[in-house]
Amino acid sequence: MNEKVISVHNLVKKFGSFVANDHLSFDVYKGEIFGFLGANGAGKTTAIRILSGLSRPTSGEVIVAGYDAHKQPEQIKKNIGYMCQKFSLYEDLTVKENIMLYGGIYGMKKQLIRDRTKNLLERLRFEEYGDRLIASLPLGLKQKLAFSVAVLHEPKIVFLDEPTGGVDPITRRQFWEMIYETAARGITVFVTTHYMDEAEYCDRVSIMNEGKIEALDTPAGLKQKYQAGSIEEVFIRIARPGKN
Amino acid sequence: MKRLLVFVKKEFLHIFRDFRTMVILFLIPGALILLFGFVVSTDLKNATVSFLDLSKDEMTQKLSDKICSSGFFKRGENLKSFQDIDPALRGNKIKAVIIFEKDFSAKLISEGKATVNIITDGSEPNMATMATNYISAIVADFNSELAGGGKAAALRVQPEVRMFYNPSLKSQHMFVPGVITLIMILICALMTSITITREKEFGTMEALLVSPLKPIQIILGKIVPYFILSLVDVIIILLLSRYVFDLPVKGSVVLLLAEAMLYILMSLSLGILISTVSKTMQQAIFISLVGMMLPTVLLSGFIYPIENMPKAYDWVSAIMPPRYFIIIIKNVMIKGTGFLYVWKETLILTLFTLGAIGLSMRKFNIRLQ
Repeated sequence: MNEKVISVHNLVKKFGSFVANDHLSFDVYKGEIFGFLGANGAGKTTAIRILSGLSRPTSGEVIVAGYDAHKQPEQIKKNIGYMCQKFSLYEDLTVKENIMLYGGIYGMKKQLIRDRTKNLLERLRFEEYGDRLIASLPLGLKQKLAFSVAVLHEPKIVFLDEPTGGVDPITRRQFWEMIYETAARGITVFVTTHYMDEAEYCDRVSIMNEGKIEALDTPAGLKQKYQAGSIEEVFIRIARPGKN
Repeated sequence: MKRLLVFVKKEFLHIFRDFRTMVILFLIPGALILLFGFVVSTDLKNATVSFLDLSKDEMTQKLSDKICSSGFFKRGENLKSFQDIDPALRGNKIKAVIIFEKDFSAKLISEGKATVNIITDGSEPNMATMATNYISAIVADFNSELAGGGKAAALRVQPEVRMFYNPSLKSQHMFVPGVITLIMILICALMTSITITREKEFGTMEALLVSPLKPIQIILGKIVPYFILSLVDVIIILLLSRYVFDLPVKGSVVLLLAEAMLYILMSLSLGILISTVSKTMQQAIFISLVGMMLPTVLLSGFIYPIENMPKAYDWVSAIMPPRYFIIIIKNVMIKGTGFLYVWKETLILTLFTLGAIGLSMRKFNIRLQ
């Protein structure tokens, strides 16, 4: 657990005079499940966009999967997976076509994609769905599939931006089981969520407020420090200090 | 390169699986051409005329035969009295009534003149004007035949008119180039802007942007399928005009297709530009239709000649790329001119294309920051 896959030091991102990320510093280790929490507008999305090579930091040191976010965003993109809150598979393509597409985009060989597809469908007990259009699948299945596709190319890190929005508790549970399996394979999971019970499943949790990281520790550590019974309480204390 | 191919294949799958896209791509061009060719035809053909012949002699018989054998008119029922005229026109089948006055031949011989009354249906002004013009021309022709046959042929100047490039004044000559111009804007600008905004709306654009695909590859992946399909459309339209309307390409087909490719490329980059400024599909559709299609129809010289527009509109129309494409395509297709005659328009179109590509690439990249 000592190999750093993300290393951020004094990250600043400004849009004009607005400071979206104010001197963020943190490390994320290999195989870790890292919860990235914060109220809407706290600057989470901006930070994820920088970490995934989509936008450039204004200043500060950002190393992701061994590459510099200032100079090598293209290399970063090849080594990460991404699944966003809006669903990212194509509704009018079949399950297999979607897998083929994303595999191809990540430069995987056809045979390798085929092998992994077979594997993936077996693991999800999805065999009979291979040739069905995504549009015909229930939301829970789509979400699980999107996650599997995001890690199809065995990236070093996978970013999950509110992956469980709008799915039922059972599917959410199954989804988290998939996250655990993935982390156990050595893929780092970087996840944002609004469900505080999910935050408890993470190895470590950071909580952002107004562009700054206010707290970063294991769930147990945070609860102890803030003398709270749950992460939800911790979160509310940090996000609305005046009201508590 | 392999990544791009995977992406292009996916675009084709989107197109072939979406019923509406297929309709816009392949049914509408054909339908528009046939519609403009047959229905909106502005030439006069076999319009029914009725005669009220009050003299019924050799001369009136000759003149009415001449009118009806011209190909523009066909003989309707003969009227018996002035009371019949109004009901006949109201019945909507008869486009014009021609009245020969009493003692037509006798007057013509004794007084040297006789009167023909032409009554047309003014509720259809175009048809009425055309019918009047054609009938007058036929009567004038009849006059000169009489004069030529008689002894004392009056000395006079006689115009002899020939329409170059389009001798029979077929309106398809005007519509086929126009429809090609319109369809290209419709397919290229509208469809590309829709497919890109759709990816934004469904969140798949995010997934593409964080993938190793470069922005240029995403744009190319969107452009290539529509480029190919638009070219197929141009060819379909040209074949239709050749075999249905008997309107072949007089000039070089290669030149025409090359110019079409240039225009398609420009329309595609406009489509991308639209997609960068619109957040939703509705917005993209609105901008494409109001900002692209309407000006193409109204200001490009497709239907209304630019020469007849007020000066200000002429200036506005000067920044409409379709205007130049219509000039090019009319020249190559109908007059059969070569590149030397359209190089100026081609140059202007090339500049528009480069500008649109540059602007859309910049906009697309800015969005990423």
